[in-house]
Amino acid sequence: MGRQVLLIEDEANITEAIRFLLTRDGWQVDTHADGSDAVETVCRLSPDLVILDVMLPGKSGMDILRELREIDRLRDLPVLMLTARGQSRDRDMAERAGVSRFMTKPFSNTEVLDAVRDLYAQANSR
Amino acid sequence: MATLNLMVLVCLAYVALLFIVAFAADRFAATGRSTWLRSPLIYTLSLSIYCTAWTFYGAVGYAARSGLEFVTIYLGPTLVMMGWWWGLRKLVRVGRSQRVTSVADLISSRYGKSNLLAIAVTVLAVIGITPYIALQLQSITLSFSIFFEEAPVGSYSDASVVFWVAVGLAVFAILFGTRNLDANERHHGVVTAIALEAVVKLVALLAVGIFVVWGLSGGVAETLARIDASPIGEWQVNGSRWATITFLAVAAFVCLPRMFQVMVVENDDERHLRTAAWAFPLYLLLISLFVVPIAVVGLDVMPAGANPDMFVLTVPLAQGKAALAMLSFLGGFSSATSMVIVAAMALSTMVSNHVVMPIWLSAQGDRASVSGDVRSVVLLARRISIGAIMALGYFYFRLSGGGSALASIGLISFAGIAQILPAMIGGLFWRGATRIGALAGLTVGFALWLYTLLLPQLGAGILPQSVLEQGLFGFGWLRPEALFGIEGLDPIVHSVMWSMLLNAGVFCLGSMLSFPSPLERLQGAQFVDVFDHSAGPRGWTGSVAQSEDLMIMTQRILGAREAQVLFQREAALQGGRGHLPEPTPLFLERLERELSGSVGAAAAHAMIGQIVGGSSVSVEDLLAVADESAQLMEYSSQLEAKSAELARTARKLREANEKLTQISLQKDAFLGQISHELRTPMTSIRAFSEILRDEDNLTEGEKVRYAGIIHDEALRLTRLLNDLLDLSVLESGQVTLNMRTGLISEVLDRAVSAALAGAEGSLLVRRRQGTEAIRLTSDFDRLAQVFINLISNAQKYCNAPQPELVISVHDVGGQVVVDFIDNGGGVPVEVQSTVFEKFFRVNAEKAGGAGLGLAISKEIMQRLGGDIVYLPGHTGGAFRVSLPLEEAQVGQG
Repeated sequence: MGRQVLLIEDEANITEAIRFLLTRDGWQVDTHADGSDAVETVCRLSPDLVILDVMLPGKSGMDILRELREIDRLRDLPVLMLTARGQSRDRDMAERAGVSRFMTKPFSNTEVLDAVRDLYAQANSR
Repeated sequence: MATLNLMVLVCLAYVALLFIVAFAADRFAATGRSTWLRSPLIYTLSLSIYCTAWTFYGAVGYAARSGLEFVTIYLGPTLVMMGWWWGLRKLVRVGRSQRVTSVADLISSRYGKSNLLAIAVTVLAVIGITPYIALQLQSITLSFSIFFEEAPVGSYSDASVVFWVAVGLAVFAILFGTRNLDANERHHGVVTAIALEAVVKLVALLAVGIFVVWGLSGGVAETLARIDASPIGEWQVNGSRWATITFLAVAAFVCLPRMFQVMVVENDDERHLRTAAWAFPLYLLLISLFVVPIAVVGLDVMPAGANPDMFVLTVPLAQGKAALAMLSFLGGFSSATSMVIVAAMALSTMVSNHVVMPIWLSAQGDRASVSGDVRSVVLLARRISIGAIMALGYFYFRLSGGGSALASIGLISFAGIAQILPAMIGGLFWRGATRIGALAGLTVGFALWLYTLLLPQLGAGILPQSVLEQGLFGFGWLRPEALFGIEGLDPIVHSVMWSMLLNAGVFCLGSMLSFPSPLERLQGAQFVDVFDHSAGPRGWTGSVAQSEDLMIMTQRILGAREAQVLFQREAALQGGRGHLPEPTPLFLERLERELSGSVGAAAAHAMIGQIVGGSSVSVEDLLAVADESAQLMEYSSQLEAKSAELARTARKLREANEKLTQISLQKDAFLGQISHELRTPMTSIRAFSEILRDEDNLTEGEKVRYAGIIHDEALRLTRLLNDLLDLSVLESGQVTLNMRTGLISEVLDRAVSAALAGAEGSLLVRRRQGTEAIRLTSDFDRLAQVFINLISNAQKYCNAPQPELVISVHDVGGQVVVDFIDNGGGVPVEVQSTVFEKFFRVNAEKAGGAGLGLAISKEIMQRLGGDIVYLPGHTGGAFRVSLPLEEAQVGQG
């Protein structure tokens, strides 16, 4: 079993770009585009890491994160959050909701890769 | 034999006793244990200052010279007390309710608080009373000289005696008359001392009388026989003189400043008048009882040429009754001192209040606002006035030489003071009396008295002999003692007749010819109808007062807590157990003061008056209340207006603030949306361009595909920016409309072909060409933009297997409407109201644009004077575009 990432993102092009990058880096990438059943998908797949968009159809990334943190075994799950809104209010909200890392779009590919590797290493060193 | 030294010693001891009595009485009054001081007995005795040295010594002399005529002096007051007590009651009531301090104050107060009148009365009183004071000094000096003749002492002189007597009386009057500044001008100490003196002089005269009747004559029968034998016993009545002197006595009893002082100002309770109405005549009867026997026996036993004025003293001395003579001397001394002290006090009040203080206050200007300052000045003015009045009396005595008979000075004085009577009586009983009338009457009466009586009788040398004999300027009818040619009358009768007649006549005429000022009218009503306006002589009688009611009222004015604290404190002061104090006058006065701080003095007085019930509200009270409440109302309406304005401003601010907050929220949301819409395509572009740059082993197919994505996303960005600019221009209203006239079918043709061109969708557009032949004037490009947007949306979102869009044109009630209805699922009900908001998208996955299309369409339609709405009730998506008919014309296609 390789390292597994779940990408929750509704923009098809962005999904494709990140999948390409992470697959090349040796990750197994699952994708999900809808907010409303995202929590169940996380529970079902139990990935090593989740990349979560904020503005999703059905349910916002913030709400999904809060719900994930309420599940015991997912409390320490590394979650990298991406947002295109880029307001400091969103960063504060995300940190209160228990985000592991918060990034604003557009990002550089190396930033995303470094963040994913970093979060995974942190999670596994504990 | 009584030596002069002993005399002086006795006098000093007697004065010391008076001091002690007066001081003790003041102390008693201050501690509130003064009930006996306020008894009718003290009041009646204090009235006896009417009986001065003139009465004490002079009555006997009068009787010795003129027989029974002296009785008139007693008859006047007796008539007043017994026959006119109700008039006195009115006078006392007015005096108390108006807080009158002197007879000058009474007249001034009645006639609109005119200070000119007060000054006139004061001047008249000072001129009239000064000879009278001199008379008292003379009588004391005479009595001293009698003793001196009996036992000569080297250093004796009349002048030094009279000087020291005057100084002593002045000191006494100053000490007890001006010790403090009581608003009510009451002097318990002085009144008590006077009452004691009244007893002394009565006892002295009775003792001398008893000695004369039983000791000298040998009994009542023998005395009566002597009287029958003497000319005094002959019943000679000079009708005009009797009437005149009785009248003068009446007038003097009412108008004399000192009588007014004890009768009205010092009165504690007007019920005392009821006792005085019989007790004072009784006192007069007793004091006059032995006048005739003493005169008759004196004329018999004393050597010819002896001064009958001094019989009361000389008869006992001649008979070797030193102790009796001493008592008699003390009686005379008492008569003189009590009169001088009270007269000086009363006059000083008038002089200081109406002459000195107005001058001082106007000289001070604004600086006199400190009350303590004024207080000390008032006291000083009183003291100096007393000194000055005594000095006047002293100098008058020295200048006149003390020659004239005592009784005639008294009568002249009476005639002068009587000039006040018309103004006083008219003021009390006639509403029509005016200031002008009073002033004119007073002036005329005063002038006539001066010209016909005072100057001819006492002013020897002032009035040239030629005037006396030939009249003023040589006019015979202006002779002072035979005015208008009426000759042969007694000078007193002549003067009184003319002065009183003209005084009263001018007063009535002046009053009828002049109009009273509002204040005069008000004061007139207060005086004339005093019994309707005030219920009692005291401040507050709390017998009917309800403490609870007072409490409730106070709570309303001061607030619940303040009122409770105040009442509890007062209850504790009274030593009561409960939290409600008894409504004692003291408490009511304090309460009134407290309340007046909040609602004004007049309102406080009126409100307490209402509850206590002891006092009805007077016209003046009501006017004052109205005045105060008018001010309060104006003030409160100003406050109200201000607070209404504040409330308006606050509401506007709140609304503005809410609007700003809303705008700020909208702006945040809008910026967030724009940011999202811009960053999303840029993310893809950046990510794929980095892949293309960094990754080496990409297949050709991947390269083409990723470059395609970059291209599409770049187009999306361009579209978004165009839409945003378009919207911004539309919203700012700076759009230029390119109006032209044409058929609506033309616009639809353009829109349909533009929307469907290059689109891969299979949307079928159905139109009813027949209905589209409507000509209208509009911006066709903008209208087409709206139609294109609607057709594209149907193309994008219609989820039917075979998508179909029906476009129909109607002419509805003056409007052209164009409906776009597809056969898809439509817009969910819950978001139908939000489809026209910016960045609204039903389904993000299919979104080609930024969700600004419908928002732009809405703006365009509003610019064109029409509207675009969602049509509920259809299964598919349904939009209606409407345009006003004014811009549209039906034409033939």
